[in-house]
Amino acid sequence: MATESPVLVLAGADERDLTKLSEYEAIGGYAALQKAQAMAPNAVIDEVITSELRGRGGAFFPTGRKWSFVPKPEQNPNPHYLVVNADESEPGSFKDNEIMARVPHRFIEGCLIAAHAVESKHIFIYIRGEYTGPYEVLVAALEELKGQPERLGDVTIVLHRGAGAYICGEETALLESLEGKRGQPRTKPPFPAVQGLYASPTVVNNVETMAALPAIIEMGGAEYAKLGVPDSRGTRVVSISGHVERPGNYEIENGTSMRELIYGLGGGVPGGRELKAVIPGGSSTVILKGDEIDVAYDFDSLLELNTAMGSAGVVCLDDRCCMVQLGIRVSEFYEHESCGKCTPCREGTRWMTQILRRLESGDAVQSELDLLLDVCDRINGKCLCPLGETAAVAVASYVDKFRGEFQAHIDEAGCPFGESSPLHGALAPVAVHAHRRPAEVSA
Amino acid sequence: MSALYEEIQELKTRYPDWRSATLPALRLAQETHGYLSPDALRECAEALGTTPAFCQAVASFYEMLHLEPTGRHLVEVCTNVSCALVGAQQVLEGFERELGVSAGQTTEDGEITLRPAECLGGCGWATIVAVDHHYRTHVQPDDVPAIVQELRDGD
Repeated sequence: MATESPVLVLAGADERDLTKLSEYEAIGGYAALQKAQAMAPNAVIDEVITSELRGRGGAFFPTGRKWSFVPKPEQNPNPHYLVVNADESEPGSFKDNEIMARVPHRFIEGCLIAAHAVESKHIFIYIRGEYTGPYEVLVAALEELKGQPERLGDVTIVLHRGAGAYICGEETALLESLEGKRGQPRTKPPFPAVQGLYASPTVVNNVETMAALPAIIEMGGAEYAKLGVPDSRGTRVVSISGHVERPGNYEIENGTSMRELIYGLGGGVPGGRELKAVIPGGSSTVILKGDEIDVAYDFDSLLELNTAMGSAGVVCLDDRCCMVQLGIRVSEFYEHESCGKCTPCREGTRWMTQILRRLESGDAVQSELDLLLDVCDRINGKCLCPLGETAAVAVASYVDKFRGEFQAHIDEAGCPFGESSPLHGALAPVAVHAHRRPAEVSA
Repeated sequence: MSALYEEIQELKTRYPDWRSATLPALRLAQETHGYLSPDALRECAEALGTTPAFCQAVASFYEMLHLEPTGRHLVEVCTNVSCALVGAQQVLEGFERELGVSAGQTTEDGEITLRPAECLGGCGWATIVAVDHHYRTHVQPDDVPAIVQELRDGD
């Protein structure tokens, strides 16, 4: 059964309808904002540094440190912006969706605390275009908040809807998109803290990071830092999906074992099947074999296994799944979502898909397995942003950990799993786009 | 001036620079015109104070902005890993059978467009089907006829 994990981000959401301002206030909502606003901005930053909070979007960068890079208004008179990355699109992750839909006021309270800390009067929440539900909840929450001008002060919050592009979750692509352009990543440096939105100092933070702030201010950074394990403090909302009995979002203390996540909270693999593999932190992360789950779910422990918590999307695959088919579906996703700016990613992801398809159909010869790894290697570290790189690292890890299975596709001139694998034939959007007829334009 | 023009002027006031209004303006233009037709792009560009080419270049980058006509209703089935693991492909095929079209196509009467979608961010509630951008969760192949009927009966 569930361990006694402290619940901070989603606290109270099971008992009350926290989308309502009055309900959120009834459990002490917005008290942390009041406390933070009475503190000097630097004191808030220090508190967050003390808490050792690290970004929950995937890169795990220390939040307080990121804020401390922002020049003070007297050093840079340009407006300072807080941009919240609510463009959750990592396959396997759906935590921000639930956070915005169920605890919108805690999320907004966190945004206002962060804005105070970095002395910003302008908050832009870049929310994924497909997230109609959470968007409507946030619109209603902000509408309710308008009746309380003392909370907002002179800060404006703009909800900005994306239009369907995974790459816009990458912070510089997000800023490009927010400036009304194609969402293609920028070179770094300069980093957003110095030159972000409209070349002004900008902090880009994830939804869950914001939602963790009220608890940190309320309990104090030192108390928060007692939760979790070194390098991974506090709690994390983990998305569990795929072949588990009870998929869903679970808030856990960092350092909880993955076995507990999958077999305790998730209820284990349905039908008494074997756990074959686990994607630990969204499809961009190195896969774990079913026997590698006796590991703590935290940054350092997963790093030892050469993988990462990423955006905390845990995807479980049972023993019927073909790893080549998994490779195809994952590779097709990145091929579709590559922005096209860097050649290794744009071309490489397509090559990966083509080779994987030949393996699956039994047409591949021995050298193509090495060619696949070679293509991965030629993407890795050669692009502006991590999109292509994560595709390459993820797919290379399937080959690395299930080499025998990839070899069998060559030896048997076909897929040993075929239609019995649940991933068989999953039609990716990229396959449809490739065959789309040109538009008929009337004269 | 058209209502769309006025609405785009209002959008521009929300941002430090008019450019940031591009995506919301394109979304509005699409809602008004059904899709981003050459006329829609021209109108959007005029309201923003830019060129139709700029609007088209931006729009072509984004999955939710359509430069070709789509059906009056849009059905998107997530076929990414988590949904695929629990049968998304069977759901997609169910829609293909029920609508008589292949994924990526629109029904002959122009009513419903069916598309596979990349991860919609509802992996724990798979299979996710976005019907006119509102998520249906835990969709099974058996649920397909009722969803299609609902769209055909509606409005």
